[in-house]
Amino acid sequence: MSSPASTPGGRKRGRNTNPPTPSSEDPTSPPSQRRRGQDSSTGDLMPMPTSPATDILSPAAPQDTSLLSSPRPSGMTCLMPPNEVDMSSPLMYGTPSSRIEGTPRSGVRGTPARQRPDLGSVRKAPQVDLHSDADGAVASESNAGQRLVIWGTDVNVGTCKEKFQRFLQRFVDPTSTEDENAGLDLNEPLYMQKLEEVQFLLRNINVSPLVPQISSFDAELYRQLTCYPQEVIPTFDMAVNELFFERFPDSFLEYQIQVRPYNAVKTKSMRSLNPEDIDQLITISGMVIRTSQLIPEMQEAFFQCQVCAYSTRVEVDRGRIAEPAVCRHCNTTHSLALIHNRSVFSDKQMIKIQESPEDMPAGQTPHTTIVYAHNDLVDKVQPGDRVNITGIYRAVPMRVNPRQSNVKSVYKTHIDAIHFRKTDEKRLHGLDEEAEQKLFTEDRVQTLKELAAKPDVYERLSSALAPSIYEHEDIKKGILLQLFGGTRKDFSQTGRGNFRAEVNILLCGDPGTSKSQLLQYVYNLVPRGQYTSGKGSSAVGLTAYVMKDPETRQLVLQTGALVLSDNGICCIDEFDKMSDNTRSVLHEVMEQQTLSIAKAGIICQLNARTAVLAAANPVESQWNPKKTTIENIQLPHTLLSRFDLIFLMLDPQDEAYDRRLAHHLVSLYYQTEEQMEEEFLDMAVLKDYIAYARTYINPRLSEEASQALIEAYVDMRKIGSGRGMVSAYPRQLESLIRLAEAHAKVRFSEKVETIDVEEAKRLHREALKQSATDPRTGFVDISILTTGMSATARKRKEEVTQALKKLIQAKGKTPAMKYQQLLDDLRGQSETAITKELFDEALRALADEDYLTVTGKTVRLLA
Amino acid sequence: MPSTHDWINDPVGVVEGMFAASQSNPSSGWEARAVEFFKDRLKEKDAHTLVPSLNDIPMHYLKPNSLVKFRCFIQDMFDPEFYMGVYETVDPATQAKTLRCGKYKDVTECGVDFNSKNTVTAERQTFYCVPIPGENPWVKERYANSSQARVVPSTSYVPSRQKRSYEEDDDMDTQPQKQREAHAGPQSPTEHHGNGDCKRQETEAPSSQMTSASHLDLNFPLPGEKGPSCLVKVYEDWDSFKLNDMLEVYGILSVSPALSALADEKDASSNLLDPTESMETAEEQRVHCPPASLVPRLHMLYAKQLQHNNPLLPSAATSEDNSAFLASTLSEMPSVREELLAYLTHVLLGDALAAEYLILHLISNVYVRRDVLPLGKFTLNMSGCPTVASYTERLYQIIQQLVPSSHYLGMSLQNMNQIRLVPKKDYVANRLVSGALQLAKNTSLYLDETQLEQGQLDTTGVRNVTALGNLISWQKVDYDFNYHQMEFPCNINVLIASEGRSLLPSDCQIHLQTQVAPSHLEEYLSTMHMLSQASSQLNKFRIYLSVARLLDYSISDEVTKSVEDDFVDMRKDDPQSISAEDLHRMLVVARLLSLSQGQTSLSRDSWLRAKHIEALRRSRMEQHKCVNGNEP
Repeated sequence: MSSPASTPGGRKRGRNTNPPTPSSEDPTSPPSQRRRGQDSSTGDLMPMPTSPATDILSPAAPQDTSLLSSPRPSGMTCLMPPNEVDMSSPLMYGTPSSRIEGTPRSGVRGTPARQRPDLGSVRKAPQVDLHSDADGAVASESNAGQRLVIWGTDVNVGTCKEKFQRFLQRFVDPTSTEDENAGLDLNEPLYMQKLEEVQFLLRNINVSPLVPQISSFDAELYRQLTCYPQEVIPTFDMAVNELFFERFPDSFLEYQIQVRPYNAVKTKSMRSLNPEDIDQLITISGMVIRTSQLIPEMQEAFFQCQVCAYSTRVEVDRGRIAEPAVCRHCNTTHSLALIHNRSVFSDKQMIKIQESPEDMPAGQTPHTTIVYAHNDLVDKVQPGDRVNITGIYRAVPMRVNPRQSNVKSVYKTHIDAIHFRKTDEKRLHGLDEEAEQKLFTEDRVQTLKELAAKPDVYERLSSALAPSIYEHEDIKKGILLQLFGGTRKDFSQTGRGNFRAEVNILLCGDPGTSKSQLLQYVYNLVPRGQYTSGKGSSAVGLTAYVMKDPETRQLVLQTGALVLSDNGICCIDEFDKMSDNTRSVLHEVMEQQTLSIAKAGIICQLNARTAVLAAANPVESQWNPKKTTIENIQLPHTLLSRFDLIFLMLDPQDEAYDRRLAHHLVSLYYQTEEQMEEEFLDMAVLKDYIAYARTYINPRLSEEASQALIEAYVDMRKIGSGRGMVSAYPRQLESLIRLAEAHAKVRFSEKVETIDVEEAKRLHREALKQSATDPRTGFVDISILTTGMSATARKRKEEVTQALKKLIQAKGKTPAMKYQQLLDDLRGQSETAITKELFDEALRALADEDYLTVTGKTVRLLA
Repeated sequence: MPSTHDWINDPVGVVEGMFAASQSNPSSGWEARAVEFFKDRLKEKDAHTLVPSLNDIPMHYLKPNSLVKFRCFIQDMFDPEFYMGVYETVDPATQAKTLRCGKYKDVTECGVDFNSKNTVTAERQTFYCVPIPGENPWVKERYANSSQARVVPSTSYVPSRQKRSYEEDDDMDTQPQKQREAHAGPQSPTEHHGNGDCKRQETEAPSSQMTSASHLDLNFPLPGEKGPSCLVKVYEDWDSFKLNDMLEVYGILSVSPALSALADEKDASSNLLDPTESMETAEEQRVHCPPASLVPRLHMLYAKQLQHNNPLLPSAATSEDNSAFLASTLSEMPSVREELLAYLTHVLLGDALAAEYLILHLISNVYVRRDVLPLGKFTLNMSGCPTVASYTERLYQIIQQLVPSSHYLGMSLQNMNQIRLVPKKDYVANRLVSGALQLAKNTSLYLDETQLEQGQLDTTGVRNVTALGNLISWQKVDYDFNYHQMEFPCNINVLIASEGRSLLPSDCQIHLQTQVAPSHLEEYLSTMHMLSQASSQLNKFRIYLSVARLLDYSISDEVTKSVEDDFVDMRKDDPQSISAEDLHRMLVVARLLSLSQGQTSLSRDSWLRAKHIEALRRSRMEQHKCVNGNEP
């Protein structure tokens, strides 16, 4: 193994010929270009074949203070810290937290600075001419004569710090919607309040500015932050700590405050990372697929002489420790031994993230990226989490072989994480997390708004839905409204919990009427959709199951389709073929929108705010128009009443329809792709439109709309009351409200107006007309869906029973009768047709009254 | 300009020459010109046949850093990597600095100056490619025979050479002598034709070498596959490639031993201090950096997306060539069709209708997708297959002779419960573990359901059956990415042979009506197989099937009208008789029927004929309703 190639000093400044870059350097030139040439000289990209080039991860702390304090002559290694004595205390060894570096800092008063391995070797990079920097905090921009910058960048520490302090002191964000800012006065400087919070809690909550906020406050500062995060963030740290201790001089913090800016606008997709992004601040979103165990990384080795107990510390230099051969104190050779307990380690973890499926182009496999998390960020994320990571993109050359001088010409890339933001964490708070995920460009928003302004947007969108499926306009409209969903309301204060905002739809009808196709289409359209088939899915597959992880042998909860489609749509095909057991799970999901699990010692309630789109086939494989919906699909009415809309997809069997259908199908087979596209809206536009509306539009009922809804409901109740039936239930009213809200969302309207209610009413009536029409009377009867039997059917049963009783009584005292004989007699007597089923039911009713018993083919009177 | 064979034997030299020349003029775009240069060379008549192919020449006969081609299938895509596009080296003796080009190379030269500001970082993508899964032997043979590449002249073949390790071979300093030998071979084209036989002898001998490498899982989609797999480095336009594409890659072969050294160097001390390396698990190392002697690297200069892998068709290098070829075959198509029909009727035990449907199935192709609906697929369920004398397997052998790639999947209970059909992402090794349904387009998947017996499907079995069902209904496979599934569209011709109606969905079911008594079946089959040896006829069939798939197709307005009228009339008579789904099927049948006759637009006659054979088929189904146990 070769020794480090050069002295630290020499390495620091690879090319001394290059003077500190003056501010005249064009700040607009692509920084990555500039930096790449100097990568190695700044140390972070030191591609030495002989060393693994890990110095980027070596400690930053001891020296990052040198930014402000006068530079230490010894440079890299700090052999004798001033308060070495403290270190010998047995309580003070081990973790980095116990380090009392005690570097004098203005106003910081010995609060230990924590290392920031995430920022890499800051200590090497900035070689500012510090003469001008003694009073950096007051140096103003006008002080141009003294503007000296960090080598290789155009960052002036003083100016930068001042700007950031100004940002902290003045930034007000009255429009903030961040839930973590709850309780803060939005009209006061946001970050000053946060600092007060720090003071109050005496603990270190990270002060994490949103990068866009900085951008809106000071564009120049923002540019520097994204281009030179490694230099700028420590400057921010300094700024915030100075500010803090200035304001609260008596407070004591365990560590200094660390600034973790997040949500850089630089990059959104992993796929678009390219060499230009190296060493820049980036934000990418992805899913964590693997985390390594905690890796203790030695930052500083502690050696003690076995002879005279003289101790010395050696810093890790590019992944290596140069063991001192001679004790400086007693001059014994090879007497120094490494004391592990007193060496300094920092936590590190490797995390692998993978592109989120939404970001991927079709037909390609997802990319993965390695992320290193340090210190605080270790163990913050778990596999399966969706995260937004803000960090610095790094590239390190790969070493082939220490004995070979040629290098594999490939760099290893990774991201040093500065900030994690779990995107699904917010789902627990019940907020729509897509706000963070899906950012729309100005143009896109503009086109979407233009589209929304068109009067026929509703029709346009509904016809754009599954264009290959012919007609069924109302069903498509219903599904469209389902895609948009209602407004989420929270009534937990008044004890009713959350109101369901999702619209549930059931499609039933003849086989081969492209129900499955519609489901497939919806499943492909929504980002968080799940598709299951009733036949193949068990209750477990839908909800959640507990399994033993083969690696860790721990019990883990695996979520099923319903939980996975939280905030999405769960498409269930062959709903009728589902076992009763499975279906019962749906009861809770479809109204309470939660899922309770109690198995294998795990008791929990999961959110399942999913809309259900189900398809069911009639029991007799062909729809029997003489029967009610319940009879046709044989589903429990308790479940059916949870569907907002139930549509029948039937073969209409009329000539004009056939002709249009034939034309549609044939054209499907010969039209070219382009022709089809002209006719219909692009699927991508539709997707964005829905995502936008779901995120930004939260319609509320207007006064007129409320009135209209009330009237509609009262009307619905009235229909039935005339005939002694209940024709509407509060559930129907809720459905109407949801549908009206969804329709308002389609129009991008923040207010539910009368037209929305009108459409909701119409659609609801259409669906009812199809599914809740009593085949005997032709009237719409909601009790078919709510109780499983129409009111007329009940009345009819009653009549037949009475008639039968009379018939038997008229026959006189005959203790036993032939079944067939009795049926024939009844038929002969009655003017309406009596089916065998009806007769059986009547017999059963009489048997219940203990009037008679039926044994085989004979009917016996009991009385 | 480099001479003809320089660009095959020393493409790196060509690239470097261009790079050096561009240094005086930085904006010359030498990269584009280099790619152009190779493209132009390959366009020359038969030039591509001169390039040795990784498919049929064992790797140790190929010279490192020479131009090779590889007919392959993208099995997995790795993460993009950054490399030193341009770097500077310092001569330790003279301190002279030289700019070098890192493109198309894995390893840099000695003495890289990392502090140079001239270093340019560039990006490239790696694909893991395997030979086309299920490629039938006749295809391989035919491609190998058409190659004129002379790699190692047999005259210079010394047995001892085989035993030399790659490390020695790669040592460039000892190379000149061998290079001369290599040059001597291809200089006179007349000579090597005579040597053809020797060459084949050589290439066959070392096949055992490949199998010895089996400890390394090469991740082939289908079990029992052989051949080299390759890490293809792509320098431009990698977004245009998709998983499961068939490619013919022309690129620079790199088998530098330094690459394999990386994997071996695993001493504990360096591990401890080198976190970048300890991050990668051993599995990941093995997959992403396998020894170059087993999985060579191929630096892509040019790649052609293959529409088909039928060696009998022109490889579509020039479009006018192609159209001429199409025109010539088009006229012959009806007659070839007759012959094929007769042959298949014979094979299908005298059932002409089933033979007709089999032809339609073999030329079917998903030609477009309307949102989620794939159009043109034609999954055939051939029910009523005799279970004696392993008839279904014989049938597969016949199909294997006709189509370029195919796969036989016996649907035995054991198979269904054990086989991995759906590819799955292995996050530990960070690769996509292949499954039997990861197939290239137009592969024939033959499902033998006669092998299914009573028993219970376990979880894997249910998942596999669901996957097959999805494949048939939507022509897509949901790859398992553990935390989510990702759907990959595919284009696989599924043929199901079963006794009764299949438990899988299908577009069309035909019940086989054998004209042969079961007692004579054995005898009949033994004579049947003899016929397929007539190779010229077989070649005609092969061309016919591939060409029919490539044809364009349209429906004129009049025919559209008459089809619509027909549909309305049929519905009027009996609404139950024909549904929208039936019309879908009839349109597909009509389309395939026209194409099978070489007609590129639907004629009234074809439509009527489609209706006729559909009616025949349906009437036959009626008779067998009783056999049908499954729900429609």
